[in-house]
Amino acid sequence: MSAHDDNLPVLEADPIADPGLPEHEWRPTDVDPAMERRAERQVAAWFGLSMVSTVLFVVSYFAFAVGEDADTFLGLGSSTLFLGLTLGIALLSIGIGIIQWARKLMGDHEIVEYRHSAASSPEDREETLAVLALGAEESGIGRRPLIRNSLLGALGLVGLTPIIALRDLGPLPGDVLEHTVWDKGMRVVRDVVGTPIKASELIIGDLVNAQPEALFNGGPEGGPMEGVELQIEKSKSSVILVRMEPDDITPGEGREDWSVDGIQCYSKICTHVGCPISLWERTTGNVLCPCHQSTFDLGDSAKVVFGPAARALPQLPLAVDDEGYLIAQSDFTEPVGPSYWERDSG
Amino acid sequence: MSIDTSKVADSNRDEPATASKPSKVGAAATWADERLGLAGLAKKNLRKVFPDHWSFMLGEIALWSFVILLLTGVFLTLWFNPSMGEVTYEGSYAQLRGIHMSEAYASALNISFDVRGGLLMRQMHHWAAMLFIAAMFVHMMRVFFTGAFRKPRELNWVIGSLLLLLGTLEGFTGYSLPDDLLSGTGVRASDGFMKSIPVVGTYLSFFLFGGEFPGESIIPRLYAVHILLIPGLLLALVTAHMLLLVYHKHTQWPGPGRTQENVVGYPMMPVYMAKAGGFFFMVFGATALMGGLLTINPVWKFGPYDPSKVTAGSQPDWYMGWPDGALRIMPGWETHAFGHTISWNVMLPIIVLPGVMFTILMLLPFIESWITKDKREHHLLERPRNAPTRTATMVALMTFYGLLWAAGGNDLIATHFHLSINQITYFMRVAVFIGPVIAFWITRRWCISLQRHDNEKLLHGYETGIIMRSAEGGYSERHLPISETSAYTLTARERDEVYVPESETDDNGVVAPGSRVERLRSKLSTLMYADNVQKPTREELEEAQHHAEHVRELEAGLDHPASGHEFDGHNLHEVSDEPLRPGH
Amino acid sequence: MRLLNRTAGRVSRHRRSKLAGLVVMLLGLVLTGGLYSLLAPASAQQTVSADEQVAQGRELFLVGCSFCHGQNGEGVRTTDGNQLGPSLVGVGAASVDFQVATGRMPMAQPGQQAPRKEVVYSEDEIAALAAYVATLGPGPAIPDESDYSLDGLSEAEREEAISRGGQIFLTNCTACHGFYGSGGAMPRGGYAPALDEATPKEIYEALLTGPQQMPSFSNGSLSPEEKRDVIAYIGSIQAEPEYGGFSLGALGPVAEGLFAWLGVGALVGVAVWIAAHTTRTAKEKVDE
Repeated sequence: MSAHDDNLPVLEADPIADPGLPEHEWRPTDVDPAMERRAERQVAAWFGLSMVSTVLFVVSYFAFAVGEDADTFLGLGSSTLFLGLTLGIALLSIGIGIIQWARKLMGDHEIVEYRHSAASSPEDREETLAVLALGAEESGIGRRPLIRNSLLGALGLVGLTPIIALRDLGPLPGDVLEHTVWDKGMRVVRDVVGTPIKASELIIGDLVNAQPEALFNGGPEGGPMEGVELQIEKSKSSVILVRMEPDDITPGEGREDWSVDGIQCYSKICTHVGCPISLWERTTGNVLCPCHQSTFDLGDSAKVVFGPAARALPQLPLAVDDEGYLIAQSDFTEPVGPSYWERDSG
Repeated sequence: MSIDTSKVADSNRDEPATASKPSKVGAAATWADERLGLAGLAKKNLRKVFPDHWSFMLGEIALWSFVILLLTGVFLTLWFNPSMGEVTYEGSYAQLRGIHMSEAYASALNISFDVRGGLLMRQMHHWAAMLFIAAMFVHMMRVFFTGAFRKPRELNWVIGSLLLLLGTLEGFTGYSLPDDLLSGTGVRASDGFMKSIPVVGTYLSFFLFGGEFPGESIIPRLYAVHILLIPGLLLALVTAHMLLLVYHKHTQWPGPGRTQENVVGYPMMPVYMAKAGGFFFMVFGATALMGGLLTINPVWKFGPYDPSKVTAGSQPDWYMGWPDGALRIMPGWETHAFGHTISWNVMLPIIVLPGVMFTILMLLPFIESWITKDKREHHLLERPRNAPTRTATMVALMTFYGLLWAAGGNDLIATHFHLSINQITYFMRVAVFIGPVIAFWITRRWCISLQRHDNEKLLHGYETGIIMRSAEGGYSERHLPISETSAYTLTARERDEVYVPESETDDNGVVAPGSRVERLRSKLSTLMYADNVQKPTREELEEAQHHAEHVRELEAGLDHPASGHEFDGHNLHEVSDEPLRPGH
Repeated sequence: MRLLNRTAGRVSRHRRSKLAGLVVMLLGLVLTGGLYSLLAPASAQQTVSADEQVAQGRELFLVGCSFCHGQNGEGVRTTDGNQLGPSLVGVGAASVDFQVATGRMPMAQPGQQAPRKEVVYSEDEIAALAAYVATLGPGPAIPDESDYSLDGLSEAEREEAISRGGQIFLTNCTACHGFYGSGGAMPRGGYAPALDEATPKEIYEALLTGPQQMPSFSNGSLSPEEKRDVIAYIGSIQAEPEYGGFSLGALGPVAEGLFAWLGVGALVGVAVWIAAHTTRTAKEKVDE
């Protein structure tokens, strides 16, 4: 046994002395050649099964079609199912075989290795310190503060370059978060299809997921918006229209003329972290966010009645145009979506 | 130094290694060693000892999952196109044909439907990611509950914690890549999280997204982070984790012949190599079965991301579930002042809480060693019951985590157990504070009772279930001594010492500097150790032995002294002839 | 096998079970028998005049519905002002057909939400009830199969309708009913039901009338073609194979997380096996 290391605690015979490692016990496969051969065959059988399964994997790869006319088996996609099964069995069999080999046939004498303290020996430490001191002395870093300090300054400054170089990751926010594409007179149109909505077409209890018309005619050459521009606008301009009993609505201050015959329009973007929100219960007038369950009362200016959101959903002032279609009176009067530091309204 | 590596031990027996005949392999090994000099290193490490216990293989599940992630991930990169450019889908999945979507989503559909084995690889990659993080958690629990994080392994605990953090981030970036509706909703929420950070939040968001959300840069950027930056860091940290493991040598459970100064187990070559290698194939195989049989993240059902669409059950992957739960049960607090907005309702649960929890996690080893002032090395593990306060602390943290996790699935709990989301939320708001306290208290008391039970076994033997009737007609249960091996194993632990500050005041009655801290340390140490049941002393054991002999004398009056082994097939020799503890 | 699968495809999601063949056969038998028994009395029923049907509906209404909805369907308020049953004036035949033919009405007890349950009335009785309630005020009529069927469209038009239906589904429906129509939670214990049992007609009626908390999607909100497309899309995802294996309830990441932990549990089991001690023997090895 190695000399005792002061860093390691000692377990004395307290209250019982260490009886020492138990005697080695043999396995049946060690003493019985028949058992040994049997275990050998078992291990080989697992490897054999793996080979068979790998062959089946190759067969499955070519046999089962993917794509439009994918093959199915019991309602499951055949290709994925059989590739997974055969690959899984092929790998598991190798694993089981190797482990059985280790458990039954490989030598299983436990062996002992001695530990040493994690720390270096005192001599090593001293030598290292001496070398470091020598290095410091030879470089003169202690004696030449001018060099040392100017080097530190240079390193500090050059360390700023990556931060500067990352500046072009994105533009500064400016005030884009405060505006959306909604504007005075813009028609409210149905999402997906882009058709305008007549106030008279909606019945009480109706919900319409809607968008500004500009999404469908504000793109290149009067066509629909596309790509990133469309996605950005959708993330701010999406709205829901609901028609409620006018008696069930308590209009907010200064919002008396924002609805048309009980039709109100609210931002669809949750004020919590920005999920689109359209789970409207027509019986209670509440709308729920499916992400974190903030609940807003559309009968009461979409004030928060439950959940983690802090602010009411912004309301879009509605009117009707000459043809009876619903239009916006203006853009939203406050920023839509999640709060941010620069946001300046309660 | 040039040693033919073919001479490394070819047996696990006691005989010396035998040199094999010069072979082609041997020649190749010689060629390599003449250039690399690996034999010296290999000689030391090939027979390195690893103790055998199931709980020491939990980290391996994580390691092998990581390897599977690298393999399947490389496969996926061959087809995945991380671009947010808009295309019209014309592929095999009819329900989405003609829909505008990003190239990233279209290529995810292509991998799922047109590349043979592509869907399998996607699902294996995702399952392996879920297993990776779950296995890291289980491994971390094992390390904590057994005290394996103590000196000299604190830094490896810190590395492990960093791996957990990076693994979580890696999972989140991967989850976001397909640009489907579900992952896009997650990215949208993270935009909200970033914007809640005071002062710099909006700028962070604009820089990350390359402008206003969602922009067209986020997927390529997350891709670079997902396949290059974080995997590189993970690889480096995993390597450091393993090197430290090799340097420190593995901890082991106490037992006969297993001490602080040795490590008893099987050699790396061949047994441990076989077991670990075999385990790799089994983890790989299990992942393949899961990938083939269980649908995960069916992106085609979600459709492409569109900021105006959402689906019920929008949840992150499980490992992000707990901050999501915190977000759900947080009251809607927000402050408006001086033209600025501070969103406590977002910032506290999603930015501050995970940061605090992670810091606590990393500091746990240092907090414990500060309280105990224990500066010794520990290579023998402790049973969880023998560190009741430590065990209870982790159970309390797990309870906190678990409750938040459940809160993250509150909508599914509501629909499946016919409850109201509102009631669940109100309940959780209270439970996350009270639950951990109750869990702490119960666990601590439970551990102490188990310690008491261990002492009972040591002093009075185990309960045989055999009822004895004395001549007077009294009944008693026969106890039999436990084996010497078990007795030694039960007592192979240290005695806990409550820290007592040296002296509160100096000779002049002036409070010594730092004594306030010392008093705190003493209080915490008392909380940690004072109620623990210590193992019996030698005197107590001897007394118990005398008592047992006395009982045996009484029993000698019986016609047929019961050995206690009448029914269990161990009636090999007369137990009553044996002293309670040979050697004492 | 391929050919068989293709023809069997897109019929129903239930063919996934092992007993699919048996079920299909039984279904065929039931349908044939059902059709016969349905047609036989129906021909007799045709002689029943509209007035008689309304009168029959009124009878049924007074017995089964009027306690909550009032003698003339005007609705009933309890003394504390709560609504016992809402007014049925103007809800239309579609509403009655939906509520009664899915077993939601009559309710077992007054509550926030009526679940789908066993149907109480026969088809004729439901038709009579619907006819009676339709006379109380103008409201949506029961939709006809031509309203929600894609018959008569070319293959390309059909495909376009389904993919447009998917977009409408994701915009209007998934927020409550989930991406796979598995249902979802609503405030205060409410829930959006799963769509797997809903027939195309029922979905159409629900859209038209907005049962219970659900908002209505009248023709002003979703045009008849858009409704048809949504219904076609729901049918298509219900009929499509599970390409990636068992769907785990199509509940999303929460169910997946639970299965991941089951997987880790299984692998811990493997670790226990690997480290477990093998059988030992009392015999000693004889060294050669």
